[in-house]
Amino acid sequence: MAQNDAEVTRLTTADPSGAAAIDVSRLVKIYKKTRAVDDISFRIARGSITGLLGGNGAGKTTTIAMIMGLVLPTSGRVQVLGHPMPQESAQVLGRMNFESPYVDMPMRLTVRQNLTIFGKLYAVENLSARIAELASDLDLTDFLDRPNGKLSAGQKTRVALAKALINQPELLLLDEPTASLDPDTADWVREHLETYRKTHEATILLASHNMLEVERLCDRVIILKRGRIEDDDSPDGIMARYNRTTLEEVFLDVARGRAKEAGS
Amino acid sequence: MSNLAMRRGLSAHRIGAMILRYWYLLLSSWPRLLELLYWPTLQVMTWGFLQTYVAQNASFFARAGGTLIGAVMLWDILLRGQLGFSISFLEEMWARNLGNLMMSPLRPIEFLISLMVMSLIRLAIGLVPMTILAIILFHFNVFSFGLPLIAFFCNLIFTSWSVGVFVSGLVLRNGLGAESIVWTLMFALMPLACVYYPVSVLPYWLQYVAWALPPTYVFEGMRALLIDHVFRADLMAAALLINAVLLMASFAAFLALLRSARRHGSLLGSGE
Repeated sequence: MAQNDAEVTRLTTADPSGAAAIDVSRLVKIYKKTRAVDDISFRIARGSITGLLGGNGAGKTTTIAMIMGLVLPTSGRVQVLGHPMPQESAQVLGRMNFESPYVDMPMRLTVRQNLTIFGKLYAVENLSARIAELASDLDLTDFLDRPNGKLSAGQKTRVALAKALINQPELLLLDEPTASLDPDTADWVREHLETYRKTHEATILLASHNMLEVERLCDRVIILKRGRIEDDDSPDGIMARYNRTTLEEVFLDVARGRAKEAGS
Repeated sequence: MSNLAMRRGLSAHRIGAMILRYWYLLLSSWPRLLELLYWPTLQVMTWGFLQTYVAQNASFFARAGGTLIGAVMLWDILLRGQLGFSISFLEEMWARNLGNLMMSPLRPIEFLISLMVMSLIRLAIGLVPMTILAIILFHFNVFSFGLPLIAFFCNLIFTSWSVGVFVSGLVLRNGLGAESIVWTLMFALMPLACVYYPVSVLPYWLQYVAWALPPTYVFEGMRALLIDHVFRADLMAAALLINAVLLMASFAAFLALLRSARRHGSLLGSGE
């Protein structure tokens, strides 16, 4: 659904301070003839956790990549922490961070070496203490001196999360943060993200296929389908509109094109 | 969070972090270290023995002692300088780490500077044993060039960086499918740069192409030094001028290719 100006205004009012952490306006990305992202607009309030939902090819990763400045939009505008991206990326990249299954940490380097390098890139002060703190928080202490390539999938995810938190970012972008984790570790990561948001008043935008995760973590859910915003509300609001009790059921309704019970 | 992260301009801290990253990588892998020594050693031995043989059978080469082995050593500065730059870049592609770097405060120019410093470090690791071997086996001391060696070295390393920056941009834009360019492009310069023979050997029209390449001036300058015992400062100045143009052009090309990679989404996958 292409959004009109009235709808953009509605989204603005969700952020009463007027200083959105992320402000996306009429964003379009076309790869050759494919419209990966098709005229989407949304604002994300500071201190919130927002879930970006959608099936494969819905445009979640491309949207996040444009917010990060890794991909240039075909048209439209992205502002992050008040700065246009990618034009003023130098002003914001040190204040944000990300984790994605599309990138890895160097495998031959130890966890400590990797965190040291990224800590220096982000100009983290008292770096050794910060690494020790993260290692303790994320249960990495025992394998700090082990090469990243010799860790299990769960351990690697925790290292990637440690890298994403090394600079104590105001804005955290997460693409499938608990993919390939066992339920216990995944639950533990979610708890850590919740705590981080509360203690640092951070903004988190996460793309996920895990509906339980989104229900538990997110204040707001944006559902994408074929590059467009299909729905945008709190998890409870969306479930009520579709007359469903779980987001998984809503997801299936959206994926299979079943109409909403209420709303539109 | 430190205000340092938000500082604009070049950051020695970030450049240092990247050099540290490649240094850790080098130390973590003995095959990588061995590879740095292996090819230069093989090169200097093969060409050194060839020169010894030719010198025994041809009066010109006997008189112009060191032209072959000197050319090999200078060629290695050019080739290893570019490979040292490009391999460090490829390590990021192989490790799928480019997204992490591009999303960090590291600026493209800082990234390129760190790759240049690493090319010098890798070059030193390979060249020092090569130099010692040439002295021991063939009584050829590259330092006997004296101060002109600095001019030769600077011109060759500048060219190697220009090629390294450009091919890294190509790989960034086109993915690892373009990796073979990294290994082969410098060899395309070899016949035209007149590494082992004077420019006058080339057909007249091709000489114009040869003189457009900075290494041609260096190899001609080396032969002038070894055969005629004359340092051709004019050749070095011309090479420096062309190198300045090439370096600026390669930086512009890299930034254009980076922008194109961002437009096409190549930074997300960075695979084939």
